[in-house]
Amino acid sequence: MEAYIYDHVRTPRGKGRPDGALHEISSVEMATQLLKALQSRNNLDTALLDDVIIGMAQPVGEQGGVLARAAVLQAGYAQTVAGQQIHRFCATGLDAVSLIAAQVHAGMIDAGIGGGVESMSRTVMGYDSGAWTSDPAVAFGNYYAPQGIGADIIATLDGYTREDVDGFAVESQRKAAHAWEQGYFQRSIVPVTDVLGEVILDRDEHMRPGTTVESLAKLKPAFEGYGKAGFEAVGKAKYPELEEINYVHHGGNSSGIVDGSGLVLVGSKAFGEKAGLKPRGRIRSYANIGSEPTIMLTAPTAVSRKALKAGGMTEKDIDLWELNEAFASVVMRFQRDLDIPDDRINVNGGAIAMGHPLGATGAMILGTVLDELERRDAATGLITLCAANGLGTAAIIERV
Amino acid sequence: MKTMQLQKADAGVAILTLNAEGSMNVVNDAFIADMESATKQIAEDDGITGVILTSAKSSFMAGADLKQLVNGFGTLTVKEAYAFSKRATDMHRAIEKSGKPWVAAINGLALGGGFELALACHRRILVDDAKVQVGLPEVNVGLLPGSGGTVRLGLIAGMKTALDLLLSGRSVGPAEALKLKIVDEVVSADTLIDAAKAWLATGPDPVKPWDVKGWTPPQKKGLTVPEDSTAYMMAAGGLAKVGYNQPAPLAILNCVFQGLQLPFDKALAVEGKYFAKLLTDPVARNIIRTTFISKQAAEKGARRPEGFEKFAAKKVGVLGAGMMGAGIAYVSANAGIEVILIDRDTATAQKGKDYASKVLGKLIEKGKTTQDKADAVLARITPTDDFALLDGCDLVVEAVFEDTGIKAETTRKAEAVLPDHAVFASNTSTLPISQLAQASQRPDQFIGLHFFSPVERMGLVEVIMGKQTSKATLAKGLDYIAQLRKTPIVVNDSRGFYTSRVFQMLIHEGAAMLAEGVPPAVIENAAKAVGMPVGPLALLDELTLDLPLKIVDQAIAEEGDAYTPPAGVAVMRRMKDEIGRSSRKAGGAFYDYPEGGKKHLWKGLADHFPVKAGWDIEEIKQRYLYAQAMETARCLEENVLETPQDADLGAIYGWGFPAWTGGTISYIDTIGIDKFVQESDRLAQLYGPRFLPSAWLRDKAARGEDFYTPASETTVKEPVPA
Repeated sequence: MEAYIYDHVRTPRGKGRPDGALHEISSVEMATQLLKALQSRNNLDTALLDDVIIGMAQPVGEQGGVLARAAVLQAGYAQTVAGQQIHRFCATGLDAVSLIAAQVHAGMIDAGIGGGVESMSRTVMGYDSGAWTSDPAVAFGNYYAPQGIGADIIATLDGYTREDVDGFAVESQRKAAHAWEQGYFQRSIVPVTDVLGEVILDRDEHMRPGTTVESLAKLKPAFEGYGKAGFEAVGKAKYPELEEINYVHHGGNSSGIVDGSGLVLVGSKAFGEKAGLKPRGRIRSYANIGSEPTIMLTAPTAVSRKALKAGGMTEKDIDLWELNEAFASVVMRFQRDLDIPDDRINVNGGAIAMGHPLGATGAMILGTVLDELERRDAATGLITLCAANGLGTAAIIERV
Repeated sequence: MKTMQLQKADAGVAILTLNAEGSMNVVNDAFIADMESATKQIAEDDGITGVILTSAKSSFMAGADLKQLVNGFGTLTVKEAYAFSKRATDMHRAIEKSGKPWVAAINGLALGGGFELALACHRRILVDDAKVQVGLPEVNVGLLPGSGGTVRLGLIAGMKTALDLLLSGRSVGPAEALKLKIVDEVVSADTLIDAAKAWLATGPDPVKPWDVKGWTPPQKKGLTVPEDSTAYMMAAGGLAKVGYNQPAPLAILNCVFQGLQLPFDKALAVEGKYFAKLLTDPVARNIIRTTFISKQAAEKGARRPEGFEKFAAKKVGVLGAGMMGAGIAYVSANAGIEVILIDRDTATAQKGKDYASKVLGKLIEKGKTTQDKADAVLARITPTDDFALLDGCDLVVEAVFEDTGIKAETTRKAEAVLPDHAVFASNTSTLPISQLAQASQRPDQFIGLHFFSPVERMGLVEVIMGKQTSKATLAKGLDYIAQLRKTPIVVNDSRGFYTSRVFQMLIHEGAAMLAEGVPPAVIENAAKAVGMPVGPLALLDELTLDLPLKIVDQAIAEEGDAYTPPAGVAVMRRMKDEIGRSSRKAGGAFYDYPEGGKKHLWKGLADHFPVKAGWDIEEIKQRYLYAQAMETARCLEENVLETPQDADLGAIYGWGFPAWTGGTISYIDTIGIDKFVQESDRLAQLYGPRFLPSAWLRDKAARGEDFYTPASETTVKEPVPA
């Protein structure tokens, strides 16, 4: 049984702040508008769908419960469509798609929608904490340190200077601006509308196209405070080869805080036939992995190899690589590990420029890769994300 | 009741006065039994409407009897320890729920169990005396404030203040105690009891907030409150600065975390369980035994031979006004002793005295002494080049250049003037005392008093007995150290004595690792990870490579082929002779010292000592501890050391061996001698014979014999509070 991708949509990403365009749009409303768009673009008989999995990195408050089910009902989908919530930190959005695909592969379902949503302006980071960060009995003995510390440890161990990571950020901005200018994202963007039905946002709001290494040089390192409060000692306990941590990351070379949602429609061949849809690609393999949790962000290398192995492929078989730009050093380490040339990875920029709506990002960047494969007429793409707690996910898609 | 008296005063007020035998009140079995019966009596007596709890001593209560706590180690199961903790918890709970208001009239120091007792009362009134401190210092002895200390402090002072006080163990004076709301009122000593009576006269409610029906714990919402969740995240991260060797800070944080979420009695139970775990953990035993019991015993004369009249030096000579001489002169003058400070000319001697002015100046700045007192100290130091002024000295400390010839000449010149009874002490850190004593006309009065730098801050003095040093001289030397309020250990003469000899193991182990390809940052971080204050390479930079190399050269000159050079010699010689980097003073050795910047490991090390993969941080940590512990065992075998207490005190206070181990010998006992020997054999295979256990140690292991035995325990008559 194959799992095909029939369509995908995403919202533009709004600044994740009270003055961001999407701040007045609730999480469930973002997901609802995307579900409606998927239905109308494809003239979809929603009764053909079995399940909708929508994840988020903060399943609390308005994002708590099973948001997917609420969105399904709110969007007017058939009430037989089930809903599910998943949480695997930043890996969530991609993992939700993989889990829909896995159910199709297993013959458990015919079709479903996977993806994620995150209103970072409405569900502020820290609302969902958990034992790993905050129960002393767990956090201390497991050498928990905030993500930024991990990103700076990677930079220190690999010798990336402030100029290196800022240079990476400038490239992300340049590529994203170019992609928007050329309309590469147009096909999958669903403008978000307000209560009046007026478009409130139709373009990623977080980008700063004019960014230069010089302008970034003015920003202060963001994570030194955490380091000095004790997390540097945590890092050194785990990485005794560190004499000092070189604090190079800041808001300008880390993923942006934004609101947004992304969904992917996946189904079997039979579903496509029933729905009268043509598959745009298929999901060839997927994998999850855990890696060293203190540095936290290095799983993409191992999980990508795992996904390649599961797909019976090697690095050479991948045309386009997409790793969520959580922090500049994360992508730089990955690129170095797998020896990926600059023109094959994150070719249209990433979360440093456009933002990272935590649980939604995975679904968004899968769509970005599929669009770009079509534009280039290339065949295969590997999408991967690092996630908190040392988790990582990857999926390989190919055009059909 | 032996530890307290209950009196009835007017208007239904009962005064319960803590008044144990001895100089202070401490928590022990007798106290708990008395308090239980007093509380019962009070609760049942309808004539009593309120209670004032105070003390007849100058202090309120100094804490638990650590001696009793430490004696339970090894025999107490964790369940018995919990039962022990629960009894004290219930005692406080009975006060709290007696139905009568209790007010603690805290007339003096209230620490640990003493302040926990006050926290159980319904009101705390503290005497307004800047010298009086209250607090919960248990973290410093590897324990937590049991019997409700963490729970009540959290509820009374809030999470942030409670964590600050509990994790630092710091105590506070009246003004801060009031500000932090851990006491309710601060009044002058003469109005303390009246203030307590006045409060009782208001007819206060004897029900604590947490015993009111419907009360909810302040953090009942747990981690769903982002601010609380972040605060615990930061607190857990902050613990890493203390390191990963001590279980108490984490246990305390867990107690506060649970204590603010749970119903009161459940919180007390959880706290009691964590307390029981700590009490049965060797770390608490180790810290308490060495840093409290053995230390106080040493200071009170545990090693002083009996039968000699108490000696008090009135006038001492200090020969050599360099860094050590200047420090010794200062601490002596500070102890009220007249000091003749001699160097080759008066100007040089004056420089030594200037050091005392500098130290005193800083103390005045911090408000720790007054100009008058400082002037008096300085007036006791006479800088001179005239040996004749040594006339009338009871003791001299020689601190001239480490050269046998120079020392011999100094000895002769001094003895020509000194009175017959005077003790001649050498502050040498390397030269054998018996050899130096050869220059003396009265070698029985010749002794080694090895001070540590900086003298005014380092509490340890290593006393070295030469072959001919008499017991009378030892008694005098120890009495002089007691005058200085320092901690003595007594060792027998040998190369490097005890502390320098074992300290060499640390720095050589670190240097040797460089040649093995261990990254220099790992060498440093591993040492800090086991709890050493500074890494061995940084130590070597400060010490200079010349010093350890000189020790090696001297040993080779004296012993020839019989001498096995220590592990790091090759690296040290390469650094000094081939690479030309020998110390911080000479511009940097293992470290670079950029002007205006922070020092950092010298980048060139990677070229000379290429890093190799495969190092194991746990094994490196083990090597540091084992190398030092093994050499200490040899010192005991060779009778350089006579007691495990001397070994442990010297290790912790001499060169900063981590306190959680209890010292080098406690460390072996903690691991278990069997395992220590086994692991040492493994390390010897991998890294060399310095780890190889001797036949003596193997025999000991085969007999399953600990270094500390009931017979070797220090006897302390007075309770040791904390």
